[in-house]
Amino acid sequence: MNSVSPESGLVVAAVLFALGLGGVLARRNMLFVLMSIEIMLNAAALAMITAGARHHAADGQVMFMFILATAAAEVAVGLAIVLLIYRRRRTLDVDEAREMRG
Amino acid sequence: MLELLWLVPLAPLGGFLILAVARARLGRRAVATVGVGSAGVALAAAGAVAAGFFALPAAGRVYEQNLGTWISAGDLAARFVLHLDALALVMMAVVTLVGFLILLYSAESMAGDEGYARFFCYMNLFVASMLVLVLAGDLLLLYLGWEGVGLCSYLLIGFWYREPANARAAKKAFIVTRVGDAALLVGLLVLFTQMGTSDIGGLLARAAERWPTGSSVATLAALLLLAGAVGKSAQLPLQVWLPDAMAGPTPVSALIHAATMVTAGVYLLSRMHGLFALAPAAATVTAVIGAATLLLAGTSALVQRDLKRVLAYSTMSQVGYMFVALGVGAWGAAIFHFVTHAVFKSLLFLAAGAVIAALGEEHDLFKMGGLRQRLPLVFWTFLAGAASLAALPLVTAGFYSKEEILAAAWAGPAGGRWLWAAGAVGAAVTALYTGRMVFLVFFGTAKREPSQQPGWAMATVLVILAALSVSGWWLDPRWLLGGTEIAATLPVRLAGTAAALAGIVLAWYFYLRRPALAARVAQSRAGAALGRWWIGGWGFDWLYNFIFVRPYVWLTQLGRDELLDGPFRTLGRTLDLAHAGMSWTVTGRVRWYAAALAAGAIAAIAVAVWR
Repeated sequence: MNSVSPESGLVVAAVLFALGLGGVLARRNMLFVLMSIEIMLNAAALAMITAGARHHAADGQVMFMFILATAAAEVAVGLAIVLLIYRRRRTLDVDEAREMRG
Repeated sequence: MLELLWLVPLAPLGGFLILAVARARLGRRAVATVGVGSAGVALAAAGAVAAGFFALPAAGRVYEQNLGTWISAGDLAARFVLHLDALALVMMAVVTLVGFLILLYSAESMAGDEGYARFFCYMNLFVASMLVLVLAGDLLLLYLGWEGVGLCSYLLIGFWYREPANARAAKKAFIVTRVGDAALLVGLLVLFTQMGTSDIGGLLARAAERWPTGSSVATLAALLLLAGAVGKSAQLPLQVWLPDAMAGPTPVSALIHAATMVTAGVYLLSRMHGLFALAPAAATVTAVIGAATLLLAGTSALVQRDLKRVLAYSTMSQVGYMFVALGVGAWGAAIFHFVTHAVFKSLLFLAAGAVIAALGEEHDLFKMGGLRQRLPLVFWTFLAGAASLAALPLVTAGFYSKEEILAAAWAGPAGGRWLWAAGAVGAAVTALYTGRMVFLVFFGTAKREPSQQPGWAMATVLVILAALSVSGWWLDPRWLLGGTEIAATLPVRLAGTAAALAGIVLAWYFYLRRPALAARVAQSRAGAALGRWWIGGWGFDWLYNFIFVRPYVWLTQLGRDELLDGPFRTLGRTLDLAHAGMSWTVTGRVRWYAAALAAGAIAAIAVAVWR
């Protein structure tokens, strides 16, 4: 089996994470922010799997299962919040929800 | 009858307690009965005690009454002991008699005041404190009376406390006399530690045994006692409180000036005259202070416009005479002058009070005039008091006592020509300002109609005091007190008399015969400048304000605003600033938070990698 080098796997993960972070910082639409967070989570998961493959251990894949479950929960809660905010203010702009400022 | 001695100070004290506890429930009549009656009881008891005293064998007439132990600690055993000798008897008689008369007068003159009960309450405590002071056989008990007198003067000078000026005058009196009181306390402690007793008789006997004449400890103790006396008796340099003490009701002024408070210093020095005999330097200081004060106060009295302030400065000046007598060792003459002064000064104050009340609280001499026919009783009694103050020869009591002091200043054991000269000039000045006062108030054209005549109580008091003022020499207590006879030559006595007469004639010429001349002198440039200088009591108020009051106030401001609060305020401000900075970062923009998180994570990783 032709194996992928761990460095290239980590580079792909880093690029994915940077894309996701860029999406969180740049996007104002809440749905896109949630999607970007999903990308960042997947980047982290990819890094785990690559590290597991590098050390020939199953721990990396176990961590992937955990992250998958966390991502599912995060999306469930996040979408619920987005839905509630949209019902209240009829907008999905993150910058509009800022009553908690000091 | 001597056993009744305890009743003398305790009767006014009882009156004070009754009035203090039940003054809201008593009617005006009851208040006056208690207030005047307690002093009457004290007077009657004093009379009985005096009768018992004279029944004692003439040699060594002393009576002591121990009312229990006050403080017993180690060597110090202070007792509530009353000591009656000739000096205490004279003082007790004057304080009870004059005190009673003044209270009787105020029962009428204060009738319209809302603080009637409070007034009698304080006045009774005042008289009681003075009697404790006078009868104390123990220095600590004497100090108790001394402080009680100070407290009551504060309460009564500020009696009409709603006026801020009156409250200020009360505070001034209290603080200025406190300076002297502190010195007195130190002096008493020096005596306790050196002699191991606080009993006055025992202490003086031991002092005479242990200390040689002129020893430095004796001089120090005497000077400290003198400082206390100077504060209470309003002598240079602690004299500034007395003119302002006129803020109180007129009977209070009469009591402070005649029977209590101001004379306490004279009494203390006479009581401790054995100590001053051991310290000639301190005695000389006493005489010089007295001479300086009598001149300063006399000239200040010359230019005052307020009737009561003239009398206040006149008291300072007359007490100055007593200090001269004490300083030259003629303490008998000082007590003689105290007795006559108590009589004529209370009379002058009470008569002045009647004038002021009749003119609707008018104090200004130049707005009075022509009251001779309109207030005849007040005029004749005031004239008797004024004649005594001016030392009109032969008829008045004040003449005899002042003559004795002048003679003592000339020929006494420690007398001097300069002291005599100061006293003689002072006598002329006294006669001059007294004449000015009488002629301005009672002669000339009437500027205002009096609205009321004194009633029977006030009139009785005035007549009794006037009769005593002109009764001549028989008030002289020196046959009782003992002490050295003063043999001054006839020319010296005649010169002193002439000085007083010259003052009277000068006053008559200036203020009655040629009033225009007096006005011209007062308006000339030199006269106006002198007047401005003298009307403020030679600028001492200004000086003390400049040296003590302003720096003190400045210091308190400093302590309040900068020194102590500084660090705490800085801390508070720093926290405020930090809070503002932190709350500025809480913008509520989620994306900024995320960016900050990312930046922080990158920074942390960078540190971990390149460290």
